[in-house]
Amino acid sequence: MDRALNYQFDWQLVLSGEYADWLVSGVITTLEISALSLLLAMLLGTIVAVMRMTKFKPLEWVGLAFTEFFRNTPLLVQIYFWYYGSNQVLPEAVNKWLYAHDFEFAAGVIALTVYTAAFIAEEIRSGIYSIPKNQLEASRAGGLSFIQAYRYVILPQAFRIIIPPLISQSLNLIKNSSLVMVIGVMDIFYMARQIESYSFHGFEAFTVATLIYLSISLVVSLCINLYNKHFLRQISY
Amino acid sequence: MAMIEVSKLHKWYGDFHVLQGISEKVEKGEVLVICGPSGSGKSTFIRCINRLEEYQKGTILFDGKDIHDKSVNINNLRAEIGIVFQQFNLYPHLTVLKNVTLAPIKVKGVDKDEAEKVALSLLERVGIHDQAHKYPAELSGGQQQRVAIARSLAMKPKVMLFDEPTSALDPEMINEVLNVMKDLAREGMTMLCVTHEMGFAREVADRVIFMDGGAVVEQAPPDEFFKNPKHERTKAFLKEIL
Ligand SMILES: Nc1ncnc2c1ncn2[C@@H]1O[C@H](COP(=O)(O)OP(=O)(O)O)[C@@H](O)[C@H]1O
Ligand SMILES: [Mg+2]
Repeated sequence: MDRALNYQFDWQLVLSGEYADWLVSGVITTLEISALSLLLAMLLGTIVAVMRMTKFKPLEWVGLAFTEFFRNTPLLVQIYFWYYGSNQVLPEAVNKWLYAHDFEFAAGVIALTVYTAAFIAEEIRSGIYSIPKNQLEASRAGGLSFIQAYRYVILPQAFRIIIPPLISQSLNLIKNSSLVMVIGVMDIFYMARQIESYSFHGFEAFTVATLIYLSISLVVSLCINLYNKHFLRQISY
Repeated sequence: MAMIEVSKLHKWYGDFHVLQGISEKVEKGEVLVICGPSGSGKSTFIRCINRLEEYQKGTILFDGKDIHDKSVNINNLRAEIGIVFQQFNLYPHLTVLKNVTLAPIKVKGVDKDEAEKVALSLLERVGIHDQAHKYPAELSGGQQQRVAIARSLAMKPKVMLFDEPTSALDPEMINEVLNVMKDLAREGMTMLCVTHEMGFAREVADRVIFMDGGAVVEQAPPDEFFKNPKHERTKAFLKEIL
């Protein structure tokens, strides 16, 4: 009670010296884990989407099980799962390597990647399926190979549909990345909490952290939008 | 040698016997009109010719060669057989010009300048060269269908297939498309046209065939076909559409 009434704001404190260094290193970690996870999630998501679209049943089922499982369980639980359970599911060599390096970071990347990939796979699949069948037919009838038809006709149209939801998945990923602090990844959120426990200036620390998340998201979405405008003009052929 | 020779063609969709032994010869430069009630297998038949549909029995020779021969590359085969669909099926993300040049550049390896020159002259031929830089959605149905014809012609096909090319058009646009087709016919293109435009058939067809229930019921030169239909089903059909 007393403390609340007499609380003195001290923005200077969290924005300078050691605390500021902590925040900067937190920002770098957040950016690293988000960027790496996004890249891997795009790759994995594309692979899973392709699996689901093959006419080969076992692959379809694996793809379906993957998306349903990871989209329908809480991310927080998945993060703990990879952190405590990875030595059960991953090969021995991979685990050795992970322990020798930054294990928390790696577990966080795996969790965020797999979770986000499940959503991305669905966006890609539904984007491609939304292109009318007659487009593939017309391209094949004109002599294009299956790959050329996808490259020049189907995918360019599908991208226009897929890109907006992919942007929102990317932004979700950045926000979701704050959860990995529970396994000890020293991201922005982790650092803000650490500042709170050292200085009791939690309000300032979390406000700054919030603003940092907000700016990262805004900058990322701006960049993607600019890139897309350029990119979409390029991919026609 | 006939341009296309179909012998005893059978196709089933599951248990449904959709093509029941069709045999037809189309000579080089011949214009064949195919008519018949909806569901009689007209689309399925012409789509077998460029292998958009597979069939279970019979053979189709194109230019003397079985289209299922191992030496036949399916993409090359399709480059030589143009098809125009009822719904145009233009590529909505590409300009008219790029719709026309895509396949020549990517399939035949024609260089871009050359492909564009050819495309523009084809667009001129179908009367829409001034729309070359627009997107399909900015064109009327009749214009889109003419672009689709130009897109097929850009591959310099030996045969053109038409699957009810005017059925999706507003009545006032039908003639602009038919006129393009008539010009093609007069220039000697080998054509198989599924259409119910009997004026077109009278004017340029060499032969009209009537399909019903997956088989060719009757065939004759247009004058005879319209004046003296022999089969009851043909008579009933003609009564309905004329
Ligand atoms: N993919 C398909 N699967 C099952 N039946 C089909 C398929 N495509 C067409 N059919 C059936 O085959 C018959 C012939 O179709 P179609 O060749 O399109 O006729 P038409 O062009 O003469 O109207 C119709 O009864 C139609 O319902
Ligand atoms: Mg039809």
